[in-house]
Amino acid sequence: MDAGTLLYLISLATMIGLYAILALGLNLQWGFAGLFNAGIAGFFAVGAYTTSILTTPPSADHLGGYSLPIPLGILSGVLLSALLGYAVARICLRLKSDYLAIATIGIAEMLRMMLRNEVWMTNGSRGIADIPRPFEGLAQPWGELSFLALVAAVVILLYAAIERAWRSPWGRTLRAIRENDEAAEAAGKDVIACRAQVFTLGSAVMGLAGGLMAHYFKFIGPDATEPILTTFIAWVMLIAGGSGNNRGAVLGAAVIWTIWSTTELLTQRLPADWQTRSSYIRVFLIGLLLQIVLQRFSRGLLPERPPRPKTWESPSKEP
Amino acid sequence: MIDRGALLDFVGLYLIPGIVTGCIYALGAIGVSLLFGILRFAHFAHGDLMTFGGYLALSVVWWLGWPAVAAIPLAAAGTALLAVGLDRAFYRPFRRRPTIVTVIASFGVMLMIRSAVQLVWGVEPLQYRPGIEPPLILFDALRIQTRHIWIVGVTAGLVLALHLMLTQSRIGRAMRAVSDEPDLARVTGISTERVILVTWLIGGALAAVAGVFLGMDSKLDSYMGWDQLLPVFAAAILGGIGQPMGAAAGGLVLGVVQELSTYNWIGEDPLVSPDYKLGLAFAIMVALLIWRPTGLLRGRQL
Repeated sequence: MDAGTLLYLISLATMIGLYAILALGLNLQWGFAGLFNAGIAGFFAVGAYTTSILTTPPSADHLGGYSLPIPLGILSGVLLSALLGYAVARICLRLKSDYLAIATIGIAEMLRMMLRNEVWMTNGSRGIADIPRPFEGLAQPWGELSFLALVAAVVILLYAAIERAWRSPWGRTLRAIRENDEAAEAAGKDVIACRAQVFTLGSAVMGLAGGLMAHYFKFIGPDATEPILTTFIAWVMLIAGGSGNNRGAVLGAAVIWTIWSTTELLTQRLPADWQTRSSYIRVFLIGLLLQIVLQRFSRGLLPERPPRPKTWESPSKEP
Repeated sequence: MIDRGALLDFVGLYLIPGIVTGCIYALGAIGVSLLFGILRFAHFAHGDLMTFGGYLALSVVWWLGWPAVAAIPLAAAGTALLAVGLDRAFYRPFRRRPTIVTVIASFGVMLMIRSAVQLVWGVEPLQYRPGIEPPLILFDALRIQTRHIWIVGVTAGLVLALHLMLTQSRIGRAMRAVSDEPDLARVTGISTERVILVTWLIGGALAAVAGVFLGMDSKLDSYMGWDQLLPVFAAAILGGIGQPMGAAAGGLVLGVVQELSTYNWIGEDPLVSPDYKLGLAFAIMVALLIWRPTGLLRGRQL
């Protein structure tokens, strides 16, 4: 294997890991609780821009930078993203789910407008450069491999934590609310509080994905928060992988990103005129793929499997 | 003492563009509100239906050499058919599922329409007719664009026609019945699918008209409909969900408020930076969601 292929495979795996984090965050909101977030890009952007401003060296182009340590930057992004999620949840969760969709899309678009126009803070459409990447001092490919290992560790930790939450009484309550909120309320569950908790957590995870992505690309601009590349693709990943199944979320990220990335490689060989055209065809086909999955395979590659209480297992299965 | 020149500037540069923007919002919001009322889901692809209608009219302008206004009926018919086709292919399979699944499907349809538009017509901004038309001058003083008169006139006619249709015709009354009491409507023998078909035809046609107006007022751009989505939803909520006439009023109010907000009411600078005037729609929407989710005209809570 030559060095170029190796680097491509490492970057493919890293991107899959980053999108897996995004899909896991969405699975918390949609898979666990049936909350429709159409503004993933907004939470992602908050995470990405916060850490970029905090960790870059001082620059005349944008606010800061403050040269803070990377973990502190990412953590701040996660907290701000969670705060935004909590505010949205407080306003919208009393209302029918469609309102949440409209409000989240509104937040994401407002943020994009701000990122473009508040040049003093974000350097506008030119974006923030010189974002430090962990392990970038190491020689190729060890620096890239180390970053991949970091992302993989984050995915594994998140997966373990979310899987545990899924099996906890809290996860059970959320599923009950998702299936029938009135019954859950009658059973004494605080529906709004539970929904607000899970929406906030999911937003925090999305902010984490944004922060890591900014450090990976070493650059963040308003185009990175373009809804097609974040909100929409995360939705396709989760639904294709199997919403309500954390492994499905990770698998969906792997499958969809591999398709997206390899078709891009293929179309790069086409003449320039066809290259731009084919990028629209790719978006169209991803939209169509979502429709087909929704209609024919609505449970996804790995369907949801709620954990069964131990008492339900028949004794005959015991050795 | 109000300066005459300043007043004319105010009317010509802020009030009239506000009414024009309001008409475009109104046409989009009526469709969204009708669909909310009858199918009970937020149609995210509505903005991109506008875009499609605008570009379809562009093709008519290119092929037949007609002015954009004359291309409206063909563009509206084509977009209405597309809307019905989209419903059959992508929304109808989910009628008995939770409506949020249909919302997700419309999310995908949104991208499909937009990428198809970009594939067929490209991404460079286009115009129906290059060049600048001289404005009409009314009362020796007020300068007004011919296209603005067309936009306001056609919108007023369409809203009036829709109002008559909803109150006087059989199918219009059936639509209101399904919107208000779906179960009762079904037992009285109203065909829900027929009502849904008519709703898509109206929603698609009005979206196309709004799209043509958008293109006439500035340029055609593949993202132009997407940019209208938020104000259109805000207008529909402002007018009360499921109340098409309320949505039309909501659109008009929103358009006027949005343009007037950029006027230099206090001091020399615009009150709201023009970069953020779209954000005003969002701010109004959030305020409504907090205090009056049923809208100003007491519609149904979604």
